[in-house]
Amino acid sequence: MTIVITLAYLLAAVLFILGLKQLSSPKGARNGNFTAAAGMVIAIGATIPQLRFTGAGIAIIGIGVVIGATVGTVGARMVKMTAIPQMVALFNGVGGGAAALVAVSELLHFGRNPAFAEAFPSVFSIVIGSVSFAGSAVAFAKLQELMTGTPITYPGQQLVNAVLAAAILGFAIAVLAVASVPFSFVSLMLLALVLGVAFVLPIGGADMPVVISLLNAFTGLAVAATGFTLNNFALIVAGTLVGASGSLLTKLMSDAMGRSLTNTLFGAFGQLKAGAAGATGVPGRQVRAGTPEDLATLLAYSRRVIIVPGYGLAVAQAQHAVRELAELLEKRGVEVTYAIHPVAGRMPGHMNVLLAEANVPYEQLKEMDEINDEFKDADVALVVGANDVVNPAARSSPGSPIYGMPILNADRAKNIVFMKRSMRPGFAGIDNELLYDPKTIMFFGDAKDSLTKLVNAVKAA
Amino acid sequence: MSPELLNEFTFFVLAVFVGIEVISKVPTILHTPLMSGTNAIHGIILVGAIFIAAGASSPLSIALGLVAVILATTNVVGGFVVTDRMLEMFKGRQAPRNP
Repeated sequence: MTIVITLAYLLAAVLFILGLKQLSSPKGARNGNFTAAAGMVIAIGATIPQLRFTGAGIAIIGIGVVIGATVGTVGARMVKMTAIPQMVALFNGVGGGAAALVAVSELLHFGRNPAFAEAFPSVFSIVIGSVSFAGSAVAFAKLQELMTGTPITYPGQQLVNAVLAAAILGFAIAVLAVASVPFSFVSLMLLALVLGVAFVLPIGGADMPVVISLLNAFTGLAVAATGFTLNNFALIVAGTLVGASGSLLTKLMSDAMGRSLTNTLFGAFGQLKAGAAGATGVPGRQVRAGTPEDLATLLAYSRRVIIVPGYGLAVAQAQHAVRELAELLEKRGVEVTYAIHPVAGRMPGHMNVLLAEANVPYEQLKEMDEINDEFKDADVALVVGANDVVNPAARSSPGSPIYGMPILNADRAKNIVFMKRSMRPGFAGIDNELLYDPKTIMFFGDAKDSLTKLVNAVKAA
Repeated sequence: MSPELLNEFTFFVLAVFVGIEVISKVPTILHTPLMSGTNAIHGIILVGAIFIAAGASSPLSIALGLVAVILATTNVVGGFVVTDRMLEMFKGRQAPRNP
């Protein structure tokens, strides 16, 4: 029987690896997800026969699985496409929380003086799992705009974090070397929860995908540690796979935004002063706003127009309206292309998909490196619901939180039309100098309404 | 170090390398689905949750087990479903397009 179980776990591990492999190429990605899911079913199936169940055990597993599956399915099905990143954060957080609870339960079971080899992974799992749980909750709140997306910093923050970390280390040593009693490991868990919150608070909303990816890797490691405690091969291998690939993915995501990981995670600390000065917006500065008719004339008589779509377009579901506008312009002989920033829409690849669904020809979608030199020849850069990805501060102000992020050179076009809901700063919470540029015309309103007005005006022009 | 721990440690180290190697060439466009897919895989903590829930008898262990199973199942099921929804959208890229 043990052999069958071990082989089943091995098969599950192989399926996870194959699934990951398929997930990293566009062709097999969807199958990769099924492959991994099949591995999961096998791993769980192989677990059941190893256990002796109490009546209460059967009941809580049954009830728990039904509740969890319902919440998971409904959550994943109902969530709007634009809210996917925070949903992933939630699903990651609950995994971390589960890992921490399993470890707590194991420590209760081991008694006062557990063997180091068993207690150490439990302690690790409690700390990392709790950090992941609380950190993910904050990431969710930031992305869902339940709290401000701007970095939250306060004087002495680093000291507070250092004290927290020291206290966690102290309790960890207490559990391992003195006595493993509920007071010490529950305190450990509570402190780690606070640390998770403190860790994510100073990180800006725009960097949340990177943070979620990092916390995802954390949860993987917590799960692997739980595997060591339970002597369970499947947990060790699957958890480690996620920990390792998640760490690499975090670095890749950070690179795609042109930032080092350290800068993403701890960048806010150095900028307490610079950030405060830059974020408030300069009162009394004038922007130029245009009517639909002005803009329609400008667009209709241009030779080349580059559209820069952003998150605002996705939120307003304006992808069809933008395609309609582009088609109208093309009929009049205007050359229209789309400039896609790697993190447009906050989710890499998100914008390509939305536009493809609206039947925008794939050839018109240009990646940043491909199109950045063409802005200077464009008559109009039409920025729809994007902000930070065209903020010249990324090039010119070393104090800015987004300094160093590659941006689209929209500021080099002859005219810039900004469609925005308001003067509110973008997701990174910083002012955009481009809005005040003399070449810039603002067009306020919901992206979809504005585009529809523009379409009608172009028809009339 | 007991032989069992040594074995486990070996698996751990090898899995680190496999984990890094297997995704090393992922294109930017797949970063988010891949993150979500790996997120679903660490839902294997459900196995751990079932381990502790199975033998539960005291009120405390029942409560811990129940919450752990709920959280872990949400992770697994939600993770796979949401990843599938994301990847479903990618079909659009291959589909024939109107001129």
